[in-house]
Amino acid sequence: MVTEEQISIDSVEIPFHAGETIMQAAYNAGIYIPHLCYRPGLSVHGSCRMCLVHVNGHEKAACTTPAATGQQIGNCSEALRQQRLLLIKMLFVEGNHICPACEQSGRCELQALAYDLGMTAPDLPHFQPKRTVDASHQEVNIDHNRCIACAQCVRAGDEIDGSHAFALSGRGIQTRLIPNAPSGRFADTAIHASDAAVAACPVGTLLPKHRGFNIPIGQRIYDRKPIHKLAMEKGYIHHDDTAGKS
Amino acid sequence: MVDIVDSMPSERIHGAFDDTDTITQTRNLTAGSLLAAMHAAQDKLGWLPVDSLKELAEHLQLPFSQLLAAAEFYSFFHTHPVGRWHIFFSDNITDRMAGSEALMQHMCQRLGVAPDELREDGAVSISRASCIGMADQGPAVLIGKHIFPGVTIARIDEMAALIKQRVPVDNWPLSWQSVQSNLRIPGALFERPIAPGMAIERLLAHGADNILRMIENSGLRGMGGAGFPTANKWAMCRTTDASAHYVICNADEGEPGTFKDRVLLTLRPGMIFEGMTACAYIVGAKRGYLYLRGEYAYMIPELERCLRNRRQAGMLGESIAGLRGFDFDIEIVLGAGAYICGEESALIESIENKRGIPRIRPPYPPVSGLWGMPTVVNNVETFANCTRIIIDGPEEFASQGTQGSKGSKLFSISGDCARPGIYAMPYGTTVTEALVACGGSDACAVQLSGAAGALVSRINFDQPMAFESLPAGGSFMVFGPQRNILEVIASFMQFFAHESCGFCTPCRVGTEMSRQIMERLIAKKSSRADLELLTQLADLMKVASHCGLGQSAGNPILHGLSSFKDWFDPDIKEDFAPMANIHSVKVPL
Repeated sequence: MVTEEQISIDSVEIPFHAGETIMQAAYNAGIYIPHLCYRPGLSVHGSCRMCLVHVNGHEKAACTTPAATGQQIGNCSEALRQQRLLLIKMLFVEGNHICPACEQSGRCELQALAYDLGMTAPDLPHFQPKRTVDASHQEVNIDHNRCIACAQCVRAGDEIDGSHAFALSGRGIQTRLIPNAPSGRFADTAIHASDAAVAACPVGTLLPKHRGFNIPIGQRIYDRKPIHKLAMEKGYIHHDDTAGKS
Repeated sequence: MVDIVDSMPSERIHGAFDDTDTITQTRNLTAGSLLAAMHAAQDKLGWLPVDSLKELAEHLQLPFSQLLAAAEFYSFFHTHPVGRWHIFFSDNITDRMAGSEALMQHMCQRLGVAPDELREDGAVSISRASCIGMADQGPAVLIGKHIFPGVTIARIDEMAALIKQRVPVDNWPLSWQSVQSNLRIPGALFERPIAPGMAIERLLAHGADNILRMIENSGLRGMGGAGFPTANKWAMCRTTDASAHYVICNADEGEPGTFKDRVLLTLRPGMIFEGMTACAYIVGAKRGYLYLRGEYAYMIPELERCLRNRRQAGMLGESIAGLRGFDFDIEIVLGAGAYICGEESALIESIENKRGIPRIRPPYPPVSGLWGMPTVVNNVETFANCTRIIIDGPEEFASQGTQGSKGSKLFSISGDCARPGIYAMPYGTTVTEALVACGGSDACAVQLSGAAGALVSRINFDQPMAFESLPAGGSFMVFGPQRNILEVIASFMQFFAHESCGFCTPCRVGTEMSRQIMERLIAKKSSRADLELLTQLADLMKVASHCGLGQSAGNPILHGLSSFKDWFDPDIKEDFAPMANIHSVKVPL
């Protein structure tokens, strides 16, 4: 018999198995810790930092920190909400996220989490970078304006279907998503709309064509319930309007 | 199509090692081969066109995207055409203080080209680079593998004339490229040269256990800045069971204002390699790598010569010093302009032919490093000191310094002082003592340990520099009373924004936001809300970033706000409310 070890999240004792991270333990216990780059089934990235928690008083990323017996973890404090709020605002600052005009509105995790954290409007000076849209592919658009560099598509392409369809290129604020094609054109990759790499995108960067507004805004997955509730429901699939409908 | 692969010198693709790692057996890929291949291709073509990357991808059997991603990551690789004379002006604050910006504008004017643009005929392009390791003899210029320290207007005119005459930089006068060592207080590392092999002799006489104990008793802590006890690191690597162990010397000296490793690599390469060899014996490593920053490419011929001599003398290679089974060799991996690769796990990623993104830690390199194998990564100065300690015994080293920081440290002193250069001083030396030594006593501020370190004001000049007090990483930049502290801080924020790897949100975005705010502050176009945001960003980067770079990127701001508050206040327009800021600005009624 395996002895169960425990960590405490906001004074709730939850079990974990050796080798698990705080995020995994919380997930298994049905406790939501905000995240954008973490996805069960993909390798851990640890880049978005939305899962910032207090571990024995120190800030750590829940997705990269191994769970260890005796950890006192804070997840829901006002201080953390403020820190996470600034983090998510920074993602809006660096890209061009025009939620009211975005096809992904209501099924975008960035938007859903921003609402969840109490962000109602952009209130910081934005970079407004010049970014492009690659509409060359028959089935899928890449809209670089919306990319948050979470590398979910990169990891899905590397780890699930081995397509190596994407990579993050460049450095610093110039970091950008590139398709694996010398021409630089998305059309020249072997990717399909049904590939894991496309489905992995939590925002509207990789957007399947030919289905625009198939579900009206207002009736989409994150329009129905806040993401912190939905994400812990049975059968939840991120940004899938048909999944987990209760 | 250009034929890159055939033109690549094979020893730089395949490295000094004949047998490839198991992990890469099926590929033409070993440690550092991607960097070497891209350097070779760029040396031939001047930049890296898509076709060349495609060819390299096929040759190395890597996805094309991995090649492009790496090429776009490193500052010295160009995925767009640059001039046949591509001129980098070192852009450290000390270069700026010595007039680098005016020199650069002068050169642009002389050659008829704007910064960061390619002249129409494709001959010339001019841009800025992060500190190239010449802070004691700036302003400095880097062209290809050539460094020109102490550049003046007259020299710029001479350079421009040679470019107009189409003289390749390889044929420019060597006297322009003479890098001085500027040893002001040499200390044990420079004062007493060792006969090559002395430490190896001792090693074999005393055995690995005793030598490791010697390092431990010396109290030596890593001299790259983090200060991890060296003996602990070696012991951890040694006791981790694995099919291979590695030793890496971190010569990616990128912290602005530091140049001590440059001088060690120039004058004492044998001591560095001997320290690595001793480490290899203790941890059981067969292979070592010297990760040399791209700016120091000019040193490679001498470093290679030193390695060759040591191989011939039986101090590298198989059966070192005649001892069967003591096999170890060292290969140089040349970086390509990325400060983050000084972070040990990013350095390892870079050697593994990827972008230099720091890994999730733990596991730490002594447990899981290069190719997932236990790896010691130590700084140049640390390895040199190991050699010294093995020869002298631990007592001499431990007799200097403080309780928590044993030994003597090389300080790279630059900026507003009479005698910039290398100063060996024990840990615990105060800022004032160092200022007196270098002739910079009228300083109003000193930046310790580079951009990531501490901006110290006069009231703290009597504090000692040691791991337990003021940071003592080695860089010591002096700012006289005439300097604008905001410009100092702004230059560091510009540095971090330029050098952030871009992996995590707080550092990728926070450094750029902070850079922009500092620019507004200097232009007096800032608001109270800007200042609040600046503080919030610095605080958030410190606690939320993925690695040490991001965690320290807010330091210049936090130190500035606490020690130089007056500099920030007068520039704030209380009644200036930017349009975009609808929540956090308090508009006076």
